[in-house]
Amino acid sequence: MFKRLSPPEATNEAVVTFHFDEQTVTARLGDTVAAALLTSGISICRSTPVSNAPRAPYCMMGVCFECLVEVDGNPNVQACQVEVRDGMHVHTQQGARRLTS
Amino acid sequence: MITHDLVILGTGPAGMAAATTALEYGITPVVIDEQPAAGGQIYRALESTPVRDRRILGEDYWSGESLIKGLKDPQIDYRPATTVWQLTRQREIGLLHDDKAEMICARHIILATGAMERPMPIPGWTLPGVMTAGSGQILLKSAGAVPQAPVVLAGCGPLLLLLATQYLRAGVEIAAILDTTPRNRYRAALKHTPGALRNASTLLKGVGLLRELRRAGVRHIKGVSALRAEGSGQLERVLWKQQGDDNWQTLETPTLLLHQGVIPNTQITRAVDCHHEWDEQQLSWRPRLDEWLSTDIPGIAVAGDGGGIVGAKAAAMQGQLAGLGAALALDKLTLANSTERAQPIRKALARDTAIRPFLDVLYRPAKQWRLPDDDTLACRCEEVTGGEIRRMAEMGCRGPNQTKSFTRCGMGPCQGRMCGITVSELLADANQQSVEETGYYRLRPPFKPITLGQLAKAAEEG
Repeated sequence: MFKRLSPPEATNEAVVTFHFDEQTVTARLGDTVAAALLTSGISICRSTPVSNAPRAPYCMMGVCFECLVEVDGNPNVQACQVEVRDGMHVHTQQGARRLTS
Repeated sequence: MITHDLVILGTGPAGMAAATTALEYGITPVVIDEQPAAGGQIYRALESTPVRDRRILGEDYWSGESLIKGLKDPQIDYRPATTVWQLTRQREIGLLHDDKAEMICARHIILATGAMERPMPIPGWTLPGVMTAGSGQILLKSAGAVPQAPVVLAGCGPLLLLLATQYLRAGVEIAAILDTTPRNRYRAALKHTPGALRNASTLLKGVGLLRELRRAGVRHIKGVSALRAEGSGQLERVLWKQQGDDNWQTLETPTLLLHQGVIPNTQITRAVDCHHEWDEQQLSWRPRLDEWLSTDIPGIAVAGDGGGIVGAKAAAMQGQLAGLGAALALDKLTLANSTERAQPIRKALARDTAIRPFLDVLYRPAKQWRLPDDDTLACRCEEVTGGEIRRMAEMGCRGPNQTKSFTRCGMGPCQGRMCGITVSELLADANQQSVEETGYYRLRPPFKPITLGQLAKAAEEG
């Protein structure tokens, strides 16, 4: 679990609000979805298609594909590569991605 | 399809330096980057980081400002937040930006796609709460986010120590650094000290980091020989053994950050099937490059860590060289002129990279950290263990493309990025053959997820 550094070490200005499953989450403008989840106490973003094991962001740079989520109905989105937007709907990806959206 | 003179992929130090150098010789490059902001991983979020106390991230980080400023020249067609899902040997590039896919073509391409962290497949490494040191640093730079509870850092290499000191300066509590550098490595690295001294400033920085950690009283456990992460559903504790001690020791923690150096990210050079070779010194694959950093495919060059690990400063120098190479290829410079201009860059590059043999030997991960045991996952996506790969070798699999067909290892969402090097090394070890003979995955586009709808739209407009 991660927390934000507070002033004077860091500044935390603009805030955006988005939805993760049933929760409303606030984040800093410019955060990736993965960073926003990890700093909001959300540690699991998907389960694997093979054994249904829980997974979380791992590399944060687009290599590992562990942070796959559904964003506004699109499955297989890398949460570490997408910036949060106000009103965005993010969902946990359970197992394999859905083929219809 | 529009044809551009020069397309550069990546805006780390190599990509940015290549772009500004090319511009000096009248080439107006297109620069593509997956990230929303320039800087690569090393200068990530430099313009927007919430971390305002410059001491925390350190002067090496902030030194990226001038390169980023150079990239912002209005003559450079810089396209952030753009994913590359295709590259062909004819230099056609498939792009995706904001749901819009398109194809462009280039006379010359410089791939500056950088490095990734070497996988560290230990038991429990897929548990939520286990991440990499690089990811911890990305969270710090881009979101000002740090571990909430005392964190455990494990592995070896400069980035692990750098992150530890950055955490320290930010007031983050470090439960322990579990150092996997084998004890005899320090002696082995000693014979490379003369080379390292040619780049004394980097060497001194490393010594400074260690001193800073020691003075702060950070628990630094050396000679760690075994490591596992445990927890039900997510990380709860880290267990380790020290060389010469058979007992497991334990620390409760929700966050473990692993690291054992970086390796070239060869996903794109592999997909276009550049010739690659196994670098035994760096224990990684790299594309074969000529003196202008060109691959064996006409018009495709590689600058920076993607062509072999050199570090940020040397990556920028390679970017300049590749920029000169582009000017030569596009007839903006004669061979004599480009050779003359390259000379001081080559000299500086040789001096800067003289420290590499020292670092490569000192932080060379031991076998047990590269070859997962029978019960540990090698492929995170398809959940294939080290044991399954070994069993495939017993059944006659000589290379990773065979084990891929039989086990799906490497066929998951990451397309082999995370398990590729591990599987090559596992098979080489099990079959008693060289990694070179064992080979690597054959990779195919799309490199990144793209929907049929996006693809269809690109085809209509192409």
